[in-house]
Amino acid sequence: MITTLTASQLAEGLRRREWSAREVAQAHLDRIAAQDPHLGAFLTLDTQETMRWADAAQAMLDSGEGGPLCGVPVALKDNIVTQGVRTTCASRILENHVPVYDATVTAKLREQGLVLLGKTNMDEFAMGTSTENSAFQLTRNPWDTERSPGGSSGGSAAAVAGELVPLALGSDTGGSIRQPASLCGIVGFKPTYGRCSRYGLVAFGSSLDQIGPFGRTVEDAARLASAVTGHDPMDSTSLQVPPISLEGLKDGSLKGLRIGVLSETMGDTADAGVRECVSQAIEVLRREGADVREISIPSIAYGVTTYYIIAPAEASSNLARFDGVRYGLRQEGKGHIGMMERTRAVGFGHEVKARIMIGTYALSAGYYDAYYLRAQQVRALMKRDLERAFEDLDVILSPTSPIPAFKIGELSADPLALKLLDVCTIPANMAGCPALSLNCGFTNGLPVGLHLMAPALADEKLLQIAFAVESALPNATGRPPMP
Amino acid sequence: MAISLDEVRHVARLARLDLDETEVLALQGELNALLGHFADIQDVDTGDLPPVSHAMSLTNVWSDDRVGVVLQRAEALSNAPLSKAGLFVVPTIIED
Repeated sequence: MITTLTASQLAEGLRRREWSAREVAQAHLDRIAAQDPHLGAFLTLDTQETMRWADAAQAMLDSGEGGPLCGVPVALKDNIVTQGVRTTCASRILENHVPVYDATVTAKLREQGLVLLGKTNMDEFAMGTSTENSAFQLTRNPWDTERSPGGSSGGSAAAVAGELVPLALGSDTGGSIRQPASLCGIVGFKPTYGRCSRYGLVAFGSSLDQIGPFGRTVEDAARLASAVTGHDPMDSTSLQVPPISLEGLKDGSLKGLRIGVLSETMGDTADAGVRECVSQAIEVLRREGADVREISIPSIAYGVTTYYIIAPAEASSNLARFDGVRYGLRQEGKGHIGMMERTRAVGFGHEVKARIMIGTYALSAGYYDAYYLRAQQVRALMKRDLERAFEDLDVILSPTSPIPAFKIGELSADPLALKLLDVCTIPANMAGCPALSLNCGFTNGLPVGLHLMAPALADEKLLQIAFAVESALPNATGRPPMP
Repeated sequence: MAISLDEVRHVARLARLDLDETEVLALQGELNALLGHFADIQDVDTGDLPPVSHAMSLTNVWSDDRVGVVLQRAEALSNAPLSKAGLFVVPTIIED
């Protein structure tokens, strides 16, 4: 069946003409029609648009052009703008928004002949860890539809895990690619800050946001990362480095690899089943010759606080653009201020309002020094401590999430409990490091993600290590119990 | 540092959010829970480390002053809630 194949296998078959780009797209659209009513991964599907992308891909295949993934379907999180295709950020304020331009990543996919299948559900403006904050629908975890796929890129993760699409892009501000990848049993990768252009990614926390890939294998995720990275003059924070290279991806070895296990993430705060899976994986890596040591970085403990000041502060500024004037919803009110206040009151959901409020408070006169400035100082400390740890380590290992997929609604009554789940993933955003989650086993039938973090700009090395780890854990993944 | 209902209303005005009283109450509770949690960084010794605003610090990123692809007026207005004669329409800001 076409939909069970990896992106790498599909790309090869497309070049060998085993199937056409249309056939591959149609097979996935058929599966979406059958399965997405149970998962709710997609917010927008447009068959005609998908077929236009497929025809463009086929033309490239026929003339020997296109990129290495030409003809392979891909889904985009709905905060990545797509010219002519509705982009909502899962928010009422952008419910009918049809962008007039492509994000740089969208343009790159188009140029290389990937095929846009649709736009995926997310927590509104990427604020959340369960995809329950979408204004439009719930997304369910393919491993257990009573459970959350994680978030905020939950739609992309569920779609890839449920074999509705082989590849998807998400965005990661504090773990929003890696945590849903972990909860859905797939691979999710956040590149070094600045390797992937943010042009056309609706901004949340601009100093933390990075776009990155989901795949069912490390190789698939690496290939999509390679397709969308590279310097972009449209993003002034984009680094002057080439796209992620796939050279040597499969040549890594675990022998002598210096792995630091972050002890702060392996204590009682993590679920026993999660710790057991991660510990078993560590034993395998040790047997394969890796030099595994326990490390401690106490400042990691301040990550959640630092994140929940810095990200909302940046968001409160970024989301000021939603004012009912140039695009998006408008609600009439008293005068122009009243119009803006009503528009934002009606257009934003509760969590978005809460984060705008936190951020505005942390930046306001009298509180700036105690919160925002303080958080920036602690961020500097975390960054320095991580850089020091990497002086004699290749990679830092931890669980991705302290708990496996939780039941929908189980944690939504306690916003703080949900926020504490980001403890393992936040440090990489704070320091700009590349980081990846891959499945390492199961607890009570639910996937458990292993988190690997590398020094800034060591993306290629991290992917090579992840490929070797994945190869050493051949029984760590599986297919969800879906028809 | 507990936040009062009046402070919640003040911050909402700064943020241009017209909150109803139920939301004001709910947000007071949530903000206080978070601010309580935020206490953990107040006494951290960060030595003489300067605060960082970005993960990968870049300075002086210049670009050439060249006209690239630009949006046409009709495109720029295509998502406007209200437009007229090629312009965005907003409520009256300055009275006669």
